[in-house]
Amino acid sequence: MIELWRIAPPRGRIVIALALAVLLALPLAADRYVISVLTLIFYFAYVGQAWNLMMGYAGQLSLGHALYVGVGGYVAALMWLKLGIGPWLGVFAAVAAAAAFGAAIGWLGFRFGIAGVYFALLTIAFAEFTRIGFDHLELTGGAAGLFLPFEEKRIGEWWNLRGGQLLFYYLGLALAAGAALLVALMARSRLGYQWRAVREDETAARALGIDAFAVKMAAVVISSGMTAVGGVFYAFYYNNLFPSQVFEISRSIELILAPIVGGLGTVFGPVIGAFVLTPLGEGLTAVTGRFGINAPGVKAVFYGVVLIVIISAMPSGVWPRLAALFGLKDHAR
Amino acid sequence: MWSIYLNVAVQGVLTGLVYGLMALGLSVIFGVVRVVNFAHGEFAVVAMYAAYALFTAFRLDPLWALLPLAALFFLVGYGLQAALINPFVGRPEHEQFILLVGVGIIIVNVLLIAFGPDSRPVNLSYGFDSYEIGPLIVDKPRVFAAAAAIAVAAALFWFFRRTRTGAAIRACADNLVGAGVVGLNVKRLFALTFGLGLACVGAAGALLVTIADAAPSLGPAYTLLAFIIVIIGGLGSMAGALVGGVLIGVSEALAGFLFAPSMKSMFSFALLIAVLVLRPQGLLGQRT
Amino acid sequence: MTHQRKAAPTRRRVLAGAAAAGAVAFAPAIVRAQAKSLKIAVLLTRSGYLAPAGQSCHRGALIAPRVLADYGHQVDLVHVDVESNPDVARNQAERVINDGVDVVVGAFDSACTLAIAQVCEQRQAPLVVNIAAAPALTEQGYRFLVRNFPTGSQIAVNGLARIKAFIEATKANPKTAVFLHVNDTFGTAQRQAMDRLLPNAGMPFRVLESIAYDPRAQDLSVEVTKIRALKPDLVLVVTRAADAIKLVRDMVRQRFEPMGIISPGAPGLYDEEFYEALGPLADYHAYAVPWANPKSSMAQALEKAFKPAYPNYRFAVECFNVGFTFEALLVAADGFKRAGTTNGAELMKAIRATNIKEHIMIGGPITFDDKGQNNNVPSAMVQNRNRAPTVVLPAEDATMAPVFPMPPWQGRT
Repeated sequence: MIELWRIAPPRGRIVIALALAVLLALPLAADRYVISVLTLIFYFAYVGQAWNLMMGYAGQLSLGHALYVGVGGYVAALMWLKLGIGPWLGVFAAVAAAAAFGAAIGWLGFRFGIAGVYFALLTIAFAEFTRIGFDHLELTGGAAGLFLPFEEKRIGEWWNLRGGQLLFYYLGLALAAGAALLVALMARSRLGYQWRAVREDETAARALGIDAFAVKMAAVVISSGMTAVGGVFYAFYYNNLFPSQVFEISRSIELILAPIVGGLGTVFGPVIGAFVLTPLGEGLTAVTGRFGINAPGVKAVFYGVVLIVIISAMPSGVWPRLAALFGLKDHAR
Repeated sequence: MWSIYLNVAVQGVLTGLVYGLMALGLSVIFGVVRVVNFAHGEFAVVAMYAAYALFTAFRLDPLWALLPLAALFFLVGYGLQAALINPFVGRPEHEQFILLVGVGIIIVNVLLIAFGPDSRPVNLSYGFDSYEIGPLIVDKPRVFAAAAAIAVAAALFWFFRRTRTGAAIRACADNLVGAGVVGLNVKRLFALTFGLGLACVGAAGALLVTIADAAPSLGPAYTLLAFIIVIIGGLGSMAGALVGGVLIGVSEALAGFLFAPSMKSMFSFALLIAVLVLRPQGLLGQRT
Repeated sequence: MTHQRKAAPTRRRVLAGAAAAGAVAFAPAIVRAQAKSLKIAVLLTRSGYLAPAGQSCHRGALIAPRVLADYGHQVDLVHVDVESNPDVARNQAERVINDGVDVVVGAFDSACTLAIAQVCEQRQAPLVVNIAAAPALTEQGYRFLVRNFPTGSQIAVNGLARIKAFIEATKANPKTAVFLHVNDTFGTAQRQAMDRLLPNAGMPFRVLESIAYDPRAQDLSVEVTKIRALKPDLVLVVTRAADAIKLVRDMVRQRFEPMGIISPGAPGLYDEEFYEALGPLADYHAYAVPWANPKSSMAQALEKAFKPAYPNYRFAVECFNVGFTFEALLVAADGFKRAGTTNGAELMKAIRATNIKEHIMIGGPITFDDKGQNNNVPSAMVQNRNRAPTVVLPAEDATMAPVFPMPPWQGRT
């Protein structure tokens, strides 16, 4: 970690320190709406980072990451509701369960040589299969949903993740920052270099003696486990889980937009992407409202246009362009 | 009791053929241009609305609207490929994915603004009729739609087998570099192929509206369905798309009948996983 | 850690308050107590997968201010689309409360409503739920929430009672039934309630089987074949709007004619698209749902405002969504009148003490129990007659007598 700091360009150090300081101090000045939007940004930056690890570094395209969010959320919620085990312990079970799902999908995919779009469809198939399964699972209330009690008198029980807005704000900030740090460290590790070798040319990587199967398995297991933590956060932040909400394919898509728009395979890409897309959605709501356009759907049309423009103009994402502009080279790339 | 099973299976076959035609469009695009069209179902829904509009305005039966719609969607596809999608050919899948997700979001919401959220029915004069053949009861619109789907697929098949352009497109699919070397205009052929793929979608949309009501929210579900069918049938295999469609139609119908109907698409996803693992080239595809 | 709106006023409000009174902490309440008009945000699912219902509710919200004004209530509405997405619902709830909204009304979808409820609870802004059936809403201990809508199990209890009365009134004798329901949030909750209630409900028929169908089903032909094979006298359904069309269409095509299709409380059988798609085949299906009281003068006033505003829609068809959305606004406005302040806690106290005798929907006065639930929302038995929903039970509110079994499909005009 110290080494990471040492190799960062001086301007980069200043920017990171400044950004963190601002975000830490922001609740003193910002209103609740801004805090609420930022919490959502941190969530997307976090799960985007987890996906980025698998796609951006190891080159495995997953379109079913909502599966790990859902499994993580449901496991931790069930542990608390049925067994009275709080989320700080429950998160370990959640990570284990999601990682097991990830390992199963990874094993099938990598053992049988399913790659590219085919692998993406395999992940979709598993996510959808699980969604319908949860729709029928009586233990979790099926499609009718699973609800966590939300009581005023329990607010402040941070050990049960019962708290007000600031608890989730700082938790989200810690998760997003922690994930970025983890990915930065892993990118510089032996495993990180092996991931990139496999991503660029798997045959060549094998020829160098890299065990491609093991390396890819590591990526999918770490990524799914990390994503599950996001699911626990989601479950305790919203206090309700519906299979049709959490496992939806549209959730999987939403989750990968930030890292792609921000810049795949970079540490700051998912963070920048989340800081671009979530405020974009909010901004479009405000702007269309300001101009008196109250037709539902208009905002989404603009959102679609912006996606097309960004991916056409900056196919490798916003962050590499920004970094070049301000002389902040991303060393972890 | 067997007659009930047979009836369910026949319904599955007929519906599956229409889905197969829609998937055929995807198979052509995916197999030749190698662009992952994640807005495929959304285009089908646009065609459904177009058929609905033609029916409301001119009482034009969607079975006839199929022809002008196929032509119109050919032009749309040609233009879209040339203008928007061509720069993305050969680029990583996730970039194509974002592009077409953007296109899909725009389509769904423009339809929502233009037509409202409620589903739009086409009230055919024969919409409630059915044929009774012995113990079988088969509804008329589904029979007509399935027959038309086979006809369109046959026409496309003929085009690829018997015309020079068709052969040129197949050459692109088999060996892109070789096709360029022998002087084929790959860019034009790609636009042509995308046009043909969307013509299939246009025709399929006209047929779909006779068996399901048009609604903006249908798009993503159709996209996913088309991908499942194409993978199961075999990428690039024209017959495979139809066979995949029928297989999904029948397996969902029978699973719905034998088990809970609410779980029927689980079988499609299980089938997809099984095919990916055991026969990645698809049932009728060739190993490359 | 708790954030209260009044304790953390925005800068603009603080300055205004300081200038007026000099006492910053209490300034907002003093300044705003003089407000004549109540500012309400209406958060609805107007795009996304619940758009049809959200837009229908929205029509009710748009005509409400004028009708409320005639009854002496001044309201100022802000309309927000939550896109059927809880993330959006949560952020938008924060935003409108920041912008100075006093009460929130919404949101049709249970997941979105729950997201909004948490914001309202923390900011001490009253949330009046117009439509959302998840029991959890009034079971999770929210103090700043009231719901003028029955819970899922109340709908099922009321529905079964009405169906029983319906069958008795027509002296028909159905022996068997099949229960078909959509496997989504609402449909599954209904199924759970029916499983619990049916054994002891004393219904004249026996339920042969409960069949769940996929909310994404493109057609229901297999489901209909499955029902047809069981040969029930009666088909009980919990559907969503577009699914009811598929159901009837496939029944007609497969020449399956039960004695009737009855819903114990769900949308589908009375949406405009249902009549449009099925014409005469839409008639005689019956549904036990809370309904606008055709004999209430306020309902008539609302209908009078609705007609010119929406010439392409019929009040009789939309009155469920429009009526409940209007009533939610009425509850908020009435509470404001009694409280005489926009202070969240005091306003909420007034709203909890609501007792409105004259309102839109069939049933007793609007009151709330200590959980914030209105337990006085009965269901009416409504039947499609001449392509219009017509109240047939209870007798005192009915405009036509019930018909059951329904006439055959063939020969309808």
